[in-house]
Amino acid sequence: MLIAKKLKANSINRMLKIENLQASIDNKSILNGLNLEVKAGEVHAIMGPNGAGKSTLANIIAGKEEYEVTNGTIELHGEDISELAPEERAHNGVFLSFQYPVEIPGVSVTNFIKTAINETRKAKGLEDMPAKDMLKMIREKSELLEIDRKFLSRSLNEGFSGGEKKRNEIFQMAMLEPKLAILDETDSGLDIDALRIVANGVNKLKSKDNAVIVITHYQRLLDYIVPDFVHVLYDGKIVKSGDASLALELEAKGYDWIKQELV
Amino acid sequence: MELKEKIVSSYVAFENKVDMNSDIHEIRSKALQNFEDLGFPTKKLEAWKYTSLNAVLKEDYSLFPEKENTIELADVKKYFIDDIDAYKLVFIDGKYSSFLSETTHDTFDVCLMSSALAKPKYKAVIENYFNKIAKQDNLTSLNTAFANEGAYIYIPKNVEVEKPIQILNFTTGSEAAILLQPRNLIVVEQNAHVQIIERHQSLTSHPALTNAVTEIFAAKDATVDLYKIQNDATNASLVDNTYIEQKSNSVVSVHTFSFGGNITRNNLNFYQRGEHIDSILKGITIIEGKQHVDHHTLVHHIEPNCESHQDYKGIYDERATAVFNGKVVVDKEAQKTNAYQQNNNILISDKATINAKPQLEIFADDVKCSHGCTIGQLDDAALFYMQQRGIPKKEGKALLMYAFANTVLESVKIPEVKQRITKLIAEKLGVDIGFDL
Repeated sequence: MLIAKKLKANSINRMLKIENLQASIDNKSILNGLNLEVKAGEVHAIMGPNGAGKSTLANIIAGKEEYEVTNGTIELHGEDISELAPEERAHNGVFLSFQYPVEIPGVSVTNFIKTAINETRKAKGLEDMPAKDMLKMIREKSELLEIDRKFLSRSLNEGFSGGEKKRNEIFQMAMLEPKLAILDETDSGLDIDALRIVANGVNKLKSKDNAVIVITHYQRLLDYIVPDFVHVLYDGKIVKSGDASLALELEAKGYDWIKQELV
Repeated sequence: MELKEKIVSSYVAFENKVDMNSDIHEIRSKALQNFEDLGFPTKKLEAWKYTSLNAVLKEDYSLFPEKENTIELADVKKYFIDDIDAYKLVFIDGKYSSFLSETTHDTFDVCLMSSALAKPKYKAVIENYFNKIAKQDNLTSLNTAFANEGAYIYIPKNVEVEKPIQILNFTTGSEAAILLQPRNLIVVEQNAHVQIIERHQSLTSHPALTNAVTEIFAAKDATVDLYKIQNDATNASLVDNTYIEQKSNSVVSVHTFSFGGNITRNNLNFYQRGEHIDSILKGITIIEGKQHVDHHTLVHHIEPNCESHQDYKGIYDERATAVFNGKVVVDKEAQKTNAYQQNNNILISDKATINAKPQLEIFADDVKCSHGCTIGQLDDAALFYMQQRGIPKKEGKALLMYAFANTVLESVKIPEVKQRITKLIAEKLGVDIGFDL
């Protein structure tokens, strides 16, 4: 009885469960049987050399259509999401901070996020967020990310510096309040001050009800966003998992020793 | 009987009916002769290479419907910009509807071409301006030959018309098929200011062909803003010939919104006769199915120190076809001309076609002329990005298209017109979003 109860609690607690995920693009196989389980309240870091499949994993969870999932399952809150459109996954709480945020000329940051929030509310059968509440939320969250007012009326990502783009991604994350946030190399292109602001923003948004997956090459970001688990992704599979100390070891020794361990 | 023969042989009866002794009798006769010689345009003509009227000309059009048709305001209210106070000139099957119109003769004239042609009071204006800049080409000649009804707008010196003028042409379908030839004359004297909204609307599925001619004269320091809303049913085709002459320091803008109709051909011609003139030509075209929209623009820079700004955006889905031919002529004397032309196109389907042709003829040596033309697709990466943030694909596409076209809307001066166009775009793209950009 006690065990059954515990199992149930576990499955509620479980945010994301990926089993034996295999995926390819243009007939080139990229993920080769990947397993990953993330619970609410946890921070997972995924590290690995270039070409290991880190960004592919992020994009597949978010539902990018170019990838073909050939085998395996992706469950969010115990439900298979692999047939859902990207926007439906977003409505279910998946957020991807893009490695290269896309420029959308002619649509301002403010109005983009308004549209995103109201489309999400529409999908949930809710009315548009009242303008007053929206403005208040925008003010709060932009202050959290130290974003200037003027910045919000600029065209989305157009002419933004690398740091501005990433800060804007986390600003959107703060506005959308996702259950599962995947940060795909959010630290790349950031100077140390911007890194601190972004990491601080992520830490403030963390709670026992949401989870974060941090994809990164470097230990640097993990000094600020401390992971509960670190996974090494290599050749489309997670080949090693550990706690935060694994990231330090990778930083010191590189990835070659893991490749050798595998042989 | 072929349409051309039918038209030519109806001329005598037409003249008898309107006024044999009219001052413009000679102009009409000459124009008829011209049309008889030239006939309808065919694809053999360079200017009509990508637009064929053949199918449209096969209909057996009624030329001068006798019946006076009435329509209820409630049925057509949605075609007006009805949330603003405006003067209105409404024509039903080519006939003036006094019931739906709101004219004036107070300090300026907003009235009918037929009365302007008939009454001595207007004689001087007609003599000075009627058919003075309209080309002698086939379709303009055809219109001139039967010129009788349309809008007559005369704004005297220093008058700023405080509310816009709406010109609406309805066809009711009381005839099996109808050919309409509205003829508009708009004279805006020195330092006067007027805003005009123009629309053609068929109310049934019966074929309608409109061959319109509008002449606009903007005197020194005058400002004219013209908005053309082309959102007709797909049984209706339109050839819209607009001729604009500007004098020094005048500013004239024409916005053309082409969303509906079967075949739409816009011939928009600007002649700059003076210095420090600004001519603004903007357009948004969004079409699908088998719709066809052809924009032929001409800006003729005749004198020095003038500017022209063209910005045409087009979005084409399914089997839609379109043409943009933007001709800019800079005469030898027109030094320090600043001519800008931008034409950007998005093909949604791989069956859609755009024939884009910037055409610059520059004879002066100290000018700034730029032109840019692009043809592309919607950005898949941007779409995925928007979907990831919870914006469904259809809405995301619409938002991208709206943002693409929005540079044209920015210069619309009447907020209600801007709102209406935004609404029409949302309807056209099948989405229910506000497009607050």
